[in-house]
Amino acid sequence: MTVDDRFVRDFRDSREEPLGIRNEIITGPVSDWATDFSHLEPEWAADPYPIQDDLRERCPIAHTERFGGGWLPTRYEDVAAIAYDTEHFSSRAIIMSNYRPPRDIAPVGAVPPISSDPPFHHDARKLLLPAFTKKEVAKREEAARAFCHSLIDGFEGAEIVDAARDYAQHIPMRVIADMLGFPPEDGPRFREFVEHALEGVNLPPEERMAHMGELFDYLLEQIRDHVANPRDDLTTYLIEAELYGRKLDPSHVAGTMALLLIAGIDTTWSAIGASLWHLAKTPADRERLVAEPALLPTAMEEFLRAYAPVTMARLVKEDMHWRGVDMRADDWVLLSFPAANRDPAQFDRADEVIIDREINRHAAFGLGIHRCVGSHLARMELRVALEVWLERVPVFGLADPSEVTWAPGQVRGPRTLPLRIG
Amino acid sequence: MKVQIDPARCQGHGRCYDLSPDLFTEDDEGYGQVAGDGLVPPGGERAARVAASNCPEKAIVLVEEA
Repeated sequence: MTVDDRFVRDFRDSREEPLGIRNEIITGPVSDWATDFSHLEPEWAADPYPIQDDLRERCPIAHTERFGGGWLPTRYEDVAAIAYDTEHFSSRAIIMSNYRPPRDIAPVGAVPPISSDPPFHHDARKLLLPAFTKKEVAKREEAARAFCHSLIDGFEGAEIVDAARDYAQHIPMRVIADMLGFPPEDGPRFREFVEHALEGVNLPPEERMAHMGELFDYLLEQIRDHVANPRDDLTTYLIEAELYGRKLDPSHVAGTMALLLIAGIDTTWSAIGASLWHLAKTPADRERLVAEPALLPTAMEEFLRAYAPVTMARLVKEDMHWRGVDMRADDWVLLSFPAANRDPAQFDRADEVIIDREINRHAAFGLGIHRCVGSHLARMELRVALEVWLERVPVFGLADPSEVTWAPGQVRGPRTLPLRIG
Repeated sequence: MKVQIDPARCQGHGRCYDLSPDLFTEDDEGYGQVAGDGLVPPGGERAARVAASNCPEKAIVLVEEA
């Protein structure tokens, strides 16, 4: 038997400092959303929909010089076309920032398979799919439900609770920690990792890399513990997994774990929070769902459409004229599934939340080959979280609408959500 | 009526087997599969249309029999 020594040395030691492309960091108020957009500014975080609706009517593809140059399509058909076009748009970076990784990081990317391009993408993704089928994630429903109940037990006696901080965030944290085999008490560290990766986009690249280093230090610690003590979880599965007849590169194992941890948490946290926010401010919808629990799966899809948490990014591969604009190689494209989901050309009454909407071909989990690998898990968590909440706390409302805060950046959802429950 | 899934378009969103489990099922990787021979039983036309109209990838084909 050979000893698995892939993780004894820190795999990062053998790598040269990646060169990549850096640009000047530009922050501050946006002058014109059509020519200077930034999804990191407070106005966007607070309410991006009127901005997107306005751009869709007058652009419809906005531009910015920030982040070294980027584009923001706002029509469903443009977002879909880019999601399907892996020949002209690369996933080698999927978070729009002030640093572009070098081109030779493709087709694997730092966090496969979300950062991967064809043909490698297909094989890396195939490794993950069996663990995330609807049937497989259903096995976690009972534990998720019991955990949701325990969170609500903790509200005993409180008149006001923060549904984002005290409820929504904990559910995906616990589920993904269980799947990866990480200590559940490490939740607060996961929150830091998420905030650094997704919200600290305009920090200096050195600071971002240092934060990313802390995440990978943590992952390496977990991987080493699993090499020494293998168990039935995704970490051991990835350590043992093979591609092209050999075990994965250490950077692939750690990169995929980073993806599952980050993408598994803030996305679902945002979806649960946004759904509760909507119900807190819309008593008619809340009362109807309490009275008709069977409508929840349909209503949930509408919450996912109207408040889709996730925006992805792509990099333009080569200079090209694309649907009326001149894109340059290495320009960013912000792939706004939230904007696509509110395009009136695709959805009737696109700007209204209709909880019994029967036809709902929304793109909250993306389109094409990068469809969210965790979508079945996210749907299970969202449904269970809302079922338990509505069963235990059928009457609630916003304690103070002005205190609600939303995460800026590419994953948007409530981060402070004080609700009156007593 | 018959239902078919275009495997080149299906990305495993699972809306078909969520919404119309009598007509569709999932494979080991979560991609949609037509249950049985895909023949829609009497009264199942609505379920077939609901599945088709909710597929984000437009991967479901409804074949109306002559």
